[in-house]
Amino acid sequence: MQTIAEYLPQHPFFAGLPEPVVALVAGCASNVHFHQGQHLFHEGEPADAFYVIRHGRVSLEVHTPAGPPVVVDSAHTDDVVGWSWLVPPHRWLFDARATEETSAIAFDGACLRDKCDTDPAVGYVVLQRVVQVMSTRLHSARIRLLDLYGAPA
Amino acid sequence: MTAVAGAGSRAGHRGDPFLPRPFVVRHHRQDTRDTWTLVLEPVDGVPMPFAAGQFTMMQAFGAGEAPISISGDPARPEVLEHTIRNVGAVTRALVHAGPGAELAIRGPFGTGWEVSSGRGGDVVFVAGGIGLAPLRPAVLEVCADRAAYGRVLLMYGARTPEDILFADDLRRWASDHGVDVQVTVDNGQHAWQGRVGLVTQLVERGGFDADHTLALVCGPEVMMRYAAMALRARGVQPGRLRLSMERNMKCGVGLCGHCQLREYFLCVDGPVLTYDVLEPLMSRAEL
Repeated sequence: MQTIAEYLPQHPFFAGLPEPVVALVAGCASNVHFHQGQHLFHEGEPADAFYVIRHGRVSLEVHTPAGPPVVVDSAHTDDVVGWSWLVPPHRWLFDARATEETSAIAFDGACLRDKCDTDPAVGYVVLQRVVQVMSTRLHSARIRLLDLYGAPA
Repeated sequence: MTAVAGAGSRAGHRGDPFLPRPFVVRHHRQDTRDTWTLVLEPVDGVPMPFAAGQFTMMQAFGAGEAPISISGDPARPEVLEHTIRNVGAVTRALVHAGPGAELAIRGPFGTGWEVSSGRGGDVVFVAGGIGLAPLRPAVLEVCADRAAYGRVLLMYGARTPEDILFADDLRRWASDHGVDVQVTVDNGQHAWQGRVGLVTQLVERGGFDADHTLALVCGPEVMMRYAAMALRARGVQPGRLRLSMERNMKCGVGLCGHCQLREYFLCVDGPVLTYDVLEPLMSRAEL
């Protein structure tokens, strides 16, 4: 059985990070499991964690007043979920729901913020990784705004 | 193989390319809200051989003519299969041509995917929306000779789960032919258990050996541009990366210029072109 510190360097989000940084952030991490249909978090709740998906699938959803929630994005094995822990006011903007049995590593947001504040060099490398995720998701959202597969103009 | 494009093969049409041949609709299937598949047979009984990736000019009498990619099996030239999206007057007439209706067809035209050049290596198909239809013949060709290829991945992006084309084929290709089928949609409902996101994100994580991969891409041009960038970033060689370009094909034989992309007439030099040819053209506005 691998420890979290042993596993993290294999995950794309942490791959290539200096070993001391990985060891430091691993101190904020714990293993979690979500059953199919179980929520990781709900919109509006304090964003006190982020999740590294080891296995499984998670939908990011938005409630609509007159119908079922709409899935705006999904995360899968080797993805990460959540950056609201880093951005004030630290509240989740979406619901996150496991759509299959999902194993993940949960990072305590307050613990991680504290370590990033204490050592800005650590904060910078963590932020670089988070920004990569944000950039990919922003690009995806922008391209999907074009509705490329919709009816031709 | 065309000298200019270096992409696919042209299986030539017989006789006068401007003379349509009558075909009769044998089967008519609605695939999605706006897309239908027609299975046609030549009235004269003479098969129309084609290469995967080619298109024909389909004419509905009294409505007009439109370029439509062939979506059928190249190993079965006795039937012609076309998957058509209803987007205008001509395609509306085509999709409403039920069993027994007669249509006129010219072709086949253009270059093919030449997927057999990928034998011995991995093959990656990247499709967006109706772009799965022109790729279907190439997937069928690979499945018919599956042992000759390494890993085969099909990455498909659709607008919503209801817009997913060839759902039965996708399941069969995965279960019977070991194709790694990955589907993502732009917008999912609560019940959708699959992926939501861009098809290019699938490319970034796809398990294939980029040095020995043939990649075939078809879909809206913006989607193809980003998919090609993602494939290049993974290390796929530009000469092994082929895209099917869509322009307003009209004559089908490189005379009228309606489908011109700078010096290329896509009806004869394309629609399938390699990325080393296309890269400088796709990033240029108004071409």
